[in-house]
Formats: sequence, structure tokens, C-alpha cells
Amino acid sequence: MIAANPATSKAPPPPPARKWTNTRILGHVLMALWIVAGAYLLFYLVSNIQSPFVQKYGMKYVEGFGVTVQIVSLSLLIGAALSVPIAFARSSKWKVFAAPAYGYVYFFRGTPLLAQTFLIYYGAGTFRPFLSDVGLWWFFRDAFNCAVFAFALNTSAYQAEILRGAVQNIAKGQWEGAEALGLRRPVTFFKVILPQALMVALRPYGNEIILMIKGSAIASIVTIYDVMGETRRAYSRTYDFQAYIWAAVLYLMIVETLRRIWDKLEARLTRHLKR
Amino acid sequence: MNEALTLISFGPDGWGDEIAQGVGITISLALATLPFGLILGFLIALAKKSEEPSLRNAANIYTTIFRGLPELLTLFLVYYGAQIGIQEGLKFLGVETYVEINSFVAGMVALALVFSSYASEAFLSAFRGIPQGQYEGGYALGLTHKKTMGLVILPQLIRLALPALGNLWLILLKETALVSVIGLSDLVRQSGIAARVTKEPFLFFGIACLIYLVLAMISSAGLSRVEAWSKRGEVNR
Repeated sequence: MIAANPATSKAPPPPPARKWTNTRILGHVLMALWIVAGAYLLFYLVSNIQSPFVQKYGMKYVEGFGVTVQIVSLSLLIGAALSVPIAFARSSKWKVFAAPAYGYVYFFRGTPLLAQTFLIYYGAGTFRPFLSDVGLWWFFRDAFNCAVFAFALNTSAYQAEILRGAVQNIAKGQWEGAEALGLRRPVTFFKVILPQALMVALRPYGNEIILMIKGSAIASIVTIYDVMGETRRAYSRTYDFQAYIWAAVLYLMIVETLRRIWDKLEARLTRHLKR
Repeated sequence: MNEALTLISFGPDGWGDEIAQGVGITISLALATLPFGLILGFLIALAKKSEEPSLRNAANIYTTIFRGLPELLTLFLVYYGAQIGIQEGLKFLGVETYVEINSFVAGMVALALVFSSYASEAFLSAFRGIPQGQYEGGYALGLTHKKTMGLVILPQLIRLALPALGNLWLILLKETALVSVIGLSDLVRQSGIAARVTKEPFLFFGIACLIYLVLAMISSAGLSRVEAWSKRGEVNR
């Protein structure tokens, strides 16, 4: 037998073993901590799934989830509708429109959502005679309406900035091209500019939705029983800390799911840009 | 109009001094949170750009959690969680007492957790803005890794991260309002008390909003000066 040529038959040398550097040790220790914490959390949740707390308040959380979804979707939709005229006014050439729109955006982006909600919910009481006269008191009497109103105004300011930034981002040639084709300005805006702008605005819009979901927890402070409100009610009755644990798991699941869906959506909508 | 002026004046008739105290608490809470949030955020950014996958994953889990939870919920988790944790710990040692956590400290911890997870992203994208040649240049000059970081990378990093960190500071300032819910007498809580006593909610919450606006304006002015300072080495072209 002729021995195989050692130079060709030898497998390539194995990669050198990674050394246990301090960083690697630290990383493994931290990961181990997370895994232990996660396993304990899972064990805790599973062992509590039959507990009287979950039996009593489990359905409440589902109801709270429904309220949160309602608040968030209503505010986002109303805010989106409001944001269009605000964005237009903000980028208008005329100061009469631009200045108030700037003030509006500055106010709602510069003050805490909590203070805005209080201003509307409690502040409406100051104008009760006036609001009764114009027949709007029934609207502001209800905490849910007030919260949605406050959140919608707040998100409209943020969305207006997103929209304005995205529209300004579109190259001037797009406007000129459309004009050369004889399109009227509204047609140009809706058929040429907006579709391109929405692509740019997709990521900030996604962030805004997540911010709104997180911000909607504030509604619980003005007596609304959304997820956070139900959590606080359950905790104040039982002093059982799992109330907050379940809420944390629920919120994390909502936000993470949404973020993943949004990533997929963005990949799909911008697939023609991938090479 | 005069009535409103009396209500917000300083002294026994007005609520000016109470509100001023609230402003003090709001500002000191934000200022006290800032250094912890920045340092923690920087360390997490270092972990995220590390070559060690386990360290990167650990840091990513941290930011996923604290960017996904509502700030209000984080606050309650810290406030009640620490309370119960300490009580259970003491019970384990055989002491049974009722422990109440200082709401200022709880607010600081919760806000620092949230701030650091956002700040780590700001630092990370600033790290990506520094070309590899800067590190190589530092090593070529014979600087140690630590010295390269401190003398070459960090000064550029601060300049790149400043705009994003400035935004985070403004967000932090607004988020301190949440601490009023766990009983800290900050601006929102003090205005709330004034509003309930005087039955003038619109006036007092309006003032609170305006004060937040003024704080934001002062911060923006300060931040743009800091940014100009950080860019003083750049050549004007």
C-alpha cells in the first residue's frame, strides 16, 4: 500500500480554541444570569397559572388588553388624520400657518404626556359651563374620551414631524417631474410624493406606535382600566406582586410582536430597493 | 386675572413656592439620573460592540426589556419590587418589618434603567461613526488600548453621540413627571395638589406644562452650546 500523500490527505488544522478572556467570562456570567432569571420567571408564571390570582383577574387582563388596543388605535388614527394639516401648515411659506403649527408641535413634544392628560382631563372641569353650553360636556366628562383626546393631540404633533420630515426628504426632481407631466399638485402629492414619503416614514411610524402603546399606560392614572389600570387595581386588592409581572410579560409580548411584524412589513415594502 | 396672579404668587396665599419646590425636585431627579444612565449606557454600548457573542446577547436582552416596557410599569416594578424584595430578604433573616422605598431613589433607578438602554443605542451608533483607522492610529503611536479609548475615541464619541443624547435628556426631563404617581412631590404632583385645593386645574396644569416647556427651552439652548463646544476642533469649511 502506498501511503496517501500526507500533504493532501490531512484535514485542515482545527481553528485555535478561543481563549477564556475576561470579556468572554463576563459575557457567559451575564448570560447565565439572564437564563437563570428567565427560567425562574417561566417557572414562576407556570406555577401560578392555576393560582386564585390568575383565576380571578386573568379575564380582567384580557379586558384591559382590549381597552389598551382601543385607546392606542383610536388615538393613532385620529392623530394621523390631524397630523396631515399640521404638517402642511408647518411647512407652509406663510407665517400665519407656519407659526401656530410650530407652536402646537413644540408644545406637545416639549411637555410630558402625563401633564397633557391631566390638563385635559381635570382642566376640562374649569370650562364646564362653557362646554355644557356648546354641548360638549358629555365628551369631556368621560375619562376614556379625555385620554384618547390627549393622546391623539400628542401623537398628531409627533406624526406631523415624521410626515414633514419624510415629505421634505423627497427630491425636488420628483415634484418637477410630475409637473412636467402635467399633474396637478394634489395629484402629485398623493400619487407621487406620499407613497415615497411613507416608505421613509415607515420606521419612525413604527417607533411612534410603540411609543403610543407604552404611553397609553398613563391612561391608568386617570381611572381607565387598560392593562396597566387592571394591573394596578389587582395589585391594590391583593398586594400580590405577580400582578406587575404578568403586565410586564404582556407589554413585552405586545411590543416585541409589533416590532417583528413591522420589520417584516418594512422588508416587504422596500423589497425593490434591495439588490 | 388678578385672582389667578394671587394663586400663583409666592407666599401664604399663593402656590408659587410649592410649585418652585416641585420644579427643584423635577430638575434634581433628572440631573441625579443622568450620570448613572450615561455610564450604564456607555458600558452597555461597549458590550454590544464587543466581539464576544454572549456579551452582545446579554446586552441586547437588557435593552429589549427596558425599551419594551412602559416607563410607568418599570417604575412600579422597581418601586414595589424592591420593597417586596427587601421585605422578603429581611424575613429570610428573621426580621419582619414594613419597608418603604424612597420614591426619589426608586424613580432614579427606574429612569436610569430606561435611559441607559436608549443611551446605549446612541453610543453604539456613535461608535459606528468612528473609523477603524482611529483605533489603528492610536495603537501605531504606541498607546495602550485604554489610552486609545480615553484620548482618541472618547472625545470623538462624545461629539457624535451628543445630538442623540440631547434628545434623550429632553425625554428624561419629561419622564420624571411619572414619578409623581408614586408620591414624589415633583412639579406635576405639586400642581395637582394646588389644582385640587384651589379648584383651578386648568390654570395649574397649564402652568406645569409651561414650566416643562421653559425647562426644555433652557436645555436646548444649553445643549446647542455644548454641541458647539464639542465641535470647536472641527475645521470651518
